[in-house]
Amino acid sequence: MSNIIKVENLGKKYIIRHQGKEKYLALRDIISRKAAWFGNRLLHPLSKANSAGNPYQEEFWALKDVSFEIKRGSRVGIIGRNGAGKTTLLKILSRITELTKGRITIKGRVASLLEVGTGFHPELTGRENIFLNGAILGMSRSQIKGKFDEIVAFAEVEKFLDTPVKRYSSGMHVRLAFAVAAHLEPEILLVDEVLAVGDAQFQKKCLGKMEDISLKEDKTILFVSHNMGAVSEICTEAILLDKGRLSTHAPVAEVIERYAKDMAAAETSFKPVQDESLPCSILGINLSNSQGQETSSFDIDEEVVITIFYKLAVRLEGFHIVLTLSRNMVDILHTYDVDSLNEVPAVGPGVYRTQYRIPRMLLKAGRYSVTIITTTWETEFQWLNSALNFEVEEYSQNTHMKGYRKERPGIIISPGVWSKQKLE
Amino acid sequence: MKNKTQQILVMEEGRTEGLYWRDIWRHRDLLYFLAWRDILVRYKQTVIGITWSIIRPLLTMLVFVIVFGKFAKLPSPGVPYPILVYTAILPWQFFANALTESSNSLIENEKLITKVYFPRLIIPASTIMVSVIDFLLSFAILVILMGWYHFIPSWRIIFVPAFFLIAVSASIGLGLWLAALNVKYRDFRYIVPFIVQLGLYISPVGFSSSIITGKWRLLFSINPMAGVIDGFRWAILGGENQLYLNGFIISLGITIILLIAGLWYFRKTERAFADLI
Repeated sequence: MSNIIKVENLGKKYIIRHQGKEKYLALRDIISRKAAWFGNRLLHPLSKANSAGNPYQEEFWALKDVSFEIKRGSRVGIIGRNGAGKTTLLKILSRITELTKGRITIKGRVASLLEVGTGFHPELTGRENIFLNGAILGMSRSQIKGKFDEIVAFAEVEKFLDTPVKRYSSGMHVRLAFAVAAHLEPEILLVDEVLAVGDAQFQKKCLGKMEDISLKEDKTILFVSHNMGAVSEICTEAILLDKGRLSTHAPVAEVIERYAKDMAAAETSFKPVQDESLPCSILGINLSNSQGQETSSFDIDEEVVITIFYKLAVRLEGFHIVLTLSRNMVDILHTYDVDSLNEVPAVGPGVYRTQYRIPRMLLKAGRYSVTIITTTWETEFQWLNSALNFEVEEYSQNTHMKGYRKERPGIIISPGVWSKQKLE
Repeated sequence: MKNKTQQILVMEEGRTEGLYWRDIWRHRDLLYFLAWRDILVRYKQTVIGITWSIIRPLLTMLVFVIVFGKFAKLPSPGVPYPILVYTAILPWQFFANALTESSNSLIENEKLITKVYFPRLIIPASTIMVSVIDFLLSFAILVILMGWYHFIPSWRIIFVPAFFLIAVSASIGLGLWLAALNVKYRDFRYIVPFIVQLGLYISPVGFSSSIITGKWRLLFSINPMAGVIDGFRWAILGGENQLYLNGFIISLGITIILLIAGLWYFRKTERAFADLI
């Protein structure tokens, strides 16, 4: 079998502009910056304006020295943490953005699905959007006409073909969008985490369709996902990216295992700088699972244990520890180690260990950070913001059909219990 | 139609592919669909829909007729003033529309640019296509206007498509520059309306170019639309409306330079659009 994609020493550099905390610049900032730059040029016309000397810019390699080959007909998962370069890789392969270094050879027509329903216009009807979206994805008018009935049947929107898409439910919207994309006829299909949306049943159908495409029609699929369940279901091999570099390219099970190990190898303990002048100091914090193994990567079905060691030099009235757990800057819980006590006793000098256990099946998949504060009711001693981070992953189960799947709404996995009786 | 030929694509730094024009050809349906979308959406979102493309030039003409024709009494050699103005408003309105729409087109289609590959040239080109359709509709009004004034156009009207082609080229050339610059510097969003507004005064829309004399006329001709508007008048009105050849050649030359430079700059910056936008 021949190689359909060959990537050699691929590199992609971005220039990051430091614009303070605001994402969007006010026009006045742009003008003042430009004016300052222009003024500088007038004063020093001979100095070269390069990005290295610009305090607002910094180089960042999203991908570096990535080389791999993919054979015709293989289904390849691309996995890695956030920011590992997965989407950048897909964008380069699909020619949306240009590479900075290296060489890529692709033999065959590429279609990319980085987002479901790109270019859908809410005012247009389902029928009109099928044509528009098809053309955007690279189909010709006659191709779309030929596939039209199949697309409509797959999306199950026959009755709403002449309704503007803005009146569609989000489920219908996704179904229609995926249906168009699924009927493209490329030799290579690049799919980003697009199945994150939509209802479980339809996701199943989409995954099935993707498998179908690759099995029956000998198509090559590159599939980016955070969901290891989906990757292992669809793909035969996988590529693990780590900070823009290719870490492993091997059969899928092997790569997923490696990924899980990598995640576990991240920082599992934190030792703050000791400050002898404080009456109280944290000696260390660490993360472990219920078996006592230090790790920073947990399965959703696993307990997270946070252990804090601290030393008191004097007797402190009302001393307690505050723990805040947050995800994506949102505080999910805020708890005191004395929450269960009616009265907070004074704590004498000594070295202590205190543990907080987060039960299994509570935290959804994602990246969490732990903030620890030592304090009395009057004085705060230490504030360790995001002292440790950990990941919760959907290793043990495929969450396609679960309400607590990472991408679905909600902050935690429901601790409630469902029950059902047949009444008649 | 299935493409069975094996396509080999090689990407290297600074040289994405040599198949750009072939890709445009392959995506020609997209050009049509994007233009079709814009017209359809305008039709659905507005009460009178496509009628706007007729009302705008008509109202502009009325204002000119009242302000310049009635009050300022600008000369109109041998033709009804409304027709004199309208023959200029037609190409001018086209140019102004095409420029405004194409310069904003990339930003408005940001989603497409960051999520799908196709030759980016298609986006501004499709907006210009929409302006061409608007132009054709408002041209119908000219025909009605000529009927109303019992005005018989010169035989030279057969040259109108040639002059219109120059207007299209000028708007593509300048539009590509502005669209590409707008991606990087959003300031152009504010600069374009200003260019359009200023352009109306330095183009012979409300007056006949013959009132400008001597060396000023040559300078005046740098504006590519001056040549186009004079050409429209020469072709439609005939009679005393002579084509000022030196000026026209300058206009034409500037247009060609704009078009080539616009294509060059757009192609040069296009690869980085997805990263910048």
